[in-house]
Amino acid sequence: MDGIREILKKRVLVLDGAMGTMIQRYKLEEEDFRRGWFEDHPNSLKGNNDLLSLTRPDIIKAIHAEYLEVGADIIETNTFSGTTIAQADYDLERAAYDINFHGAKLAKEVCEEFTAKNPNKPRFVAGSIGPTNVTLSLSPDVNDPGFRNTTFDKMVVAYSEQVKGLIEGGADLLLVETIFDTLNAKAALFAIEDVQNELGTDLPIMVSGTITDASGRTLSGQTTEAFLVSVQHANLLSIGLNCALGASALRPYLQILKNKAPFFTSAHPNAGLPNEMGEYDETPEIMADQIKTFLDEGLVNIVGGCCGTTPDHIKAMADLAANYSA
Amino acid sequence: MSLHPDYKGNHHYKWEHLPNMKLSGLEPLEVTHETNFINIGERTNVAGSRKFLRLIMNDEFDEALSVARDQVEGGAQIIDINMDDGLIDGKEAMVKFLNLIASEPDISRVPIMIDSSKWEIVEAGLQCVQGKCIVNSISLKEGKAKFVSEAKKIRQYGAAVVVMAFDELGQADTYQRRIQICEESYRILVNEVGFPPQDIIFDPNVFPVATGMDEHRRNAIDFFLATRWIRENLPGAHVSGGISNVSFSFRGNNKVREAMHSAFLYHAINEGLDMGIVNPAMLEIYDDIPTDLLNHVEDVLLDRREDATERLLEFAETVSGSGKVRVVNLEWREGTLQERLTHSLVKGVADFILEDVEEARQIVDEPIEVIEGYLMNGMNVVGDLFGAGKMFLPQVVKSARVMKKAVAYLLPYIEASKTDNRSKGKVLMATVKGDVHDIGKNIVAVVLGCNNYDIIDLGVMVPANKILEAAKEHQVDVIGLSGLITPSLDEMAHVAKEMELLGMDLPLLIGGATTSKVHTAVKIDQHYTKGQTIHVLDASRSVTVVSDLLGDKKDAFVDNIKDEYETVRKNYAKKKGFKKFLSLAEARQNKFNIDWNTSEIAKPKLNGIEQLNDYDLNELREYIDWTPFFHTWELRGKYPAILEHEAMGEEATKLYREANAMLDTIISEKWLTAKASVGIWPANSVNDDDIEIYTNENRDTVLHTQFGMRQQLKKAKAANNVCVADFIAPKESGIKDYIGGFVVTTGLGIEKKVAEFEADHDDYNSILLKALADRLAEAFAERLHEIVRQSYWGYEETALEKAELIKEKYRGIRPAPGYPANPDHTEKPGLFKILNAEKLTGVSLTESMAMYPTASVSGWYFANPEAHYFGVGKVKTDQAERLADAKGIELERMKQWLSSNLDE
Repeated sequence: MDGIREILKKRVLVLDGAMGTMIQRYKLEEEDFRRGWFEDHPNSLKGNNDLLSLTRPDIIKAIHAEYLEVGADIIETNTFSGTTIAQADYDLERAAYDINFHGAKLAKEVCEEFTAKNPNKPRFVAGSIGPTNVTLSLSPDVNDPGFRNTTFDKMVVAYSEQVKGLIEGGADLLLVETIFDTLNAKAALFAIEDVQNELGTDLPIMVSGTITDASGRTLSGQTTEAFLVSVQHANLLSIGLNCALGASALRPYLQILKNKAPFFTSAHPNAGLPNEMGEYDETPEIMADQIKTFLDEGLVNIVGGCCGTTPDHIKAMADLAANYSA
Repeated sequence: MSLHPDYKGNHHYKWEHLPNMKLSGLEPLEVTHETNFINIGERTNVAGSRKFLRLIMNDEFDEALSVARDQVEGGAQIIDINMDDGLIDGKEAMVKFLNLIASEPDISRVPIMIDSSKWEIVEAGLQCVQGKCIVNSISLKEGKAKFVSEAKKIRQYGAAVVVMAFDELGQADTYQRRIQICEESYRILVNEVGFPPQDIIFDPNVFPVATGMDEHRRNAIDFFLATRWIRENLPGAHVSGGISNVSFSFRGNNKVREAMHSAFLYHAINEGLDMGIVNPAMLEIYDDIPTDLLNHVEDVLLDRREDATERLLEFAETVSGSGKVRVVNLEWREGTLQERLTHSLVKGVADFILEDVEEARQIVDEPIEVIEGYLMNGMNVVGDLFGAGKMFLPQVVKSARVMKKAVAYLLPYIEASKTDNRSKGKVLMATVKGDVHDIGKNIVAVVLGCNNYDIIDLGVMVPANKILEAAKEHQVDVIGLSGLITPSLDEMAHVAKEMELLGMDLPLLIGGATTSKVHTAVKIDQHYTKGQTIHVLDASRSVTVVSDLLGDKKDAFVDNIKDEYETVRKNYAKKKGFKKFLSLAEARQNKFNIDWNTSEIAKPKLNGIEQLNDYDLNELREYIDWTPFFHTWELRGKYPAILEHEAMGEEATKLYREANAMLDTIISEKWLTAKASVGIWPANSVNDDDIEIYTNENRDTVLHTQFGMRQQLKKAKAANNVCVADFIAPKESGIKDYIGGFVVTTGLGIEKKVAEFEADHDDYNSILLKALADRLAEAFAERLHEIVRQSYWGYEETALEKAELIKEKYRGIRPAPGYPANPDHTEKPGLFKILNAEKLTGVSLTESMAMYPTASVSGWYFANPEAHYFGVGKVKTDQAERLADAKGIELERMKQWLSSNLDE
């Protein structure tokens, strides 16, 4: 079986769509987030989706399977908030390793099933590493711009635990995504190198930033190219953009990455911007049309969806991507 | 002049295959080998700036941030931050300052250099910066293990690194130690640590020179040589340094320090230095360093003579710097009459001058008193400010405009009252025969006029007899001669000889771009013994020179000049003896060889000539190189940085704005017309130095022969004795080569407007217009060359950025006859003839071969990729003989034409 680098040289790969949007469809209750693991936890856990890999693995596996069924080549683990820092909101720092280990393990199991069915289309597990809810470059207190509510070292410790769980659970790739503060991402990359050195592994790394406004900058103020330069030291598999903007608005920034990056490029945008009801209403057809312009232009090697995208969206992209070779 | 036996000129970058170094703040910064030089701001450094240390110690971080902001606004492309001081907690200060900077987008847009000798501070800094920064510095000082572990960490944090040339034995202080430590460090970093080579920056230690200690004599030259070695031998690596160290012995003498920094940078950059920690405020423009100071400084930097240090120390005592202060703005219309008049003059505001002058006239008994009292009081303030370097030339010219308006208004009243107008003295000004360039002369006239000297301005192309007659007729006190082209130098010497013959003893001032103290001392002063000849470097010196000449201390002043020129002559004679020349035949043996079998020769699309009529000035405007424009106004600095310059920025910005406003009008009202003639013909070189231009591709009929001049100065081993003909395939090679030529002008129509301004006593706008016309002509030459490369000749496929155009980063050159690559002015008529230039462009040649209108440019096009600009420099009589022979010009006449290049 070819490694992912070889496959990317030949064709466009498809990443899966939103996890949260799919979980919402199950109308879960508090009980679902506790079953078998956190029955006596004093805080409410409803909405802590990452826990479902532990408490309702059936649901998470089913969602992974849906995406693989419609043609996704890569699925993201349900671990976006799987750091001690993010889990601190629920007083569940202790669950961080398990979230990642089991999140990777069950994703891997589903992938292996699909790969076994069609060995010509190997499926990959990307361990999802989110940005956390703190920022290293920005002060949470407008009156004290020099203040920070965490440190680089603390973030490296938190990310290291997540990365270790993901690798030991069987992830094939690591995906540092939705980066709105490049310094957070640098802490994640720093942790990845430490852990990979310790475990003797060499998993390919994907990095995906988030442009938060029309000026083309990240929340922490960097231009797309400055962002690229800041993370380029890590030997990446791919660099790309996800979330925040819809597909059409991403195009100029993807062009910059395509032109400047010595890596493969990726895009997994939202299904448009949320409407006044907080819903994403770009249809699979509309999104596929926009993704088609990326592919026609040769801008991306990996496409997928972020908030609001569903297996229907991913199917439309997978059908489209099948027409393109790299 | 060869600088130093070890000095090789521009280093050659050969690592194009490696990625460029890329850094980032909020925005990216890519360091390419074309970047030339990245300047790193040095003021946010507690070790280097007492002010910054005080701010950090007093916890005044807001102020400290504005120091950082000022640097970025002032053009620093990276900012160096250093918190190494025993009195502060360096780690805490570094973290706090970097966190604060992260919230200031106008600072954090540039990359950060984290500067500390303590690893814990470096690492704390690395953890606060989202962009790709530089660590300054690590070294082998405490052994390999520590070096490797720190380098690994830096790579993991994703930063570039400065490596000091330092090992366990100490800091590298010789060439050998520098390159040995750098090579060792590079090998460890690249092979053992896996550090990206393009992210390695070496600091080969800038040490002070002129310390008086013998072991420090080679500090600068060894740095230059080590820089070249690193850039040529350690693939991809960069070189940086803390430049101000070099001038440590001259603390307190900023003028000398600035010159040392600039000269150091000039040479180091040539050798490959591509970044450095500098204080932009402590830099003089290299070309503006007075020749004598530069020589002394370079003697020291390049270790050119035993007594270099003593000589510079001695010289330094005669040189001192001055600060620049701004004039405060007042609620000025409410001031007294004198205050208002002074304000109008100082600020160059003409809006109220007539009403204020009228008010003054009502008060005084005699109208002349308005001039002698109120207005001269105001002009004295202008003179004082200018003399103290607190006003700049464009401002003074504007003051003069206001003054002239006021005087013109008063004149009828004065005439009516018949009072004598007493002035400080009369100065005759003229641009000499054969030359039409008068911007500089006009500026001097205005400046002197402002200082209450009467000016008799005879204009341009003034023959010697007319100058001398006018001098007698008006009983002038001083004669000032000006000129720009090299034959004018001879004409000035001729005027001096005539003055000698007539037994005159008036002081003679010499000025203009090609004039120099050396030429004045050697070629003019000696021919005129009764009066004193003085070279005046620029307009701002003219006032002091004239007032010294006409004042009480004239004798002492003249004696000083005499001594000085005697020394200049002696040095010149010494240097002359030192230089070795080749015979023309030997020089030809060492010609610049192009391998014609492999050389790429582009076949042009155009065959013959083409006229461009009424070319769009709006388009040319985009091609203007503004830096020389500011030089015309004695605002020495590079555009656009000069607009932000601490002292001159405000004036430069104003001037720039007004220039653009005038450009708008020039274009919309069609004040000027641009025309050009351009041609490309089949050509081959013959007899080594000449270029035969053929009427057509059969190459059997010679249309014109261009005679080239060849360098004769004996060169270092690798260098050649170049002639423009070397860039064209020789006839005997059988290879079909080509040459192009052009004449452009943007000066058609200028006379009318200039006359209008002058009638309105508006020298400011008259000079502005001429300066802009000159810039447009240069811009036209640049644009036309682009059109030639892309269409007429058609070998250039991708258009270059404007900035690259100005740096002339394209293939091919366009040397002008009469300029360094072929200094023979008599080559112009041939070029004009085959281009039918006089008819097609309206440009004609004066008897001294100056082009008229002056806003014109001509030249030859060479398209070979190896063609490059060079200076022919001094040549020997054998070359003058050969040219006289070939061109059928009498030898003595030929020698006159070549006099500024002839070494006899």
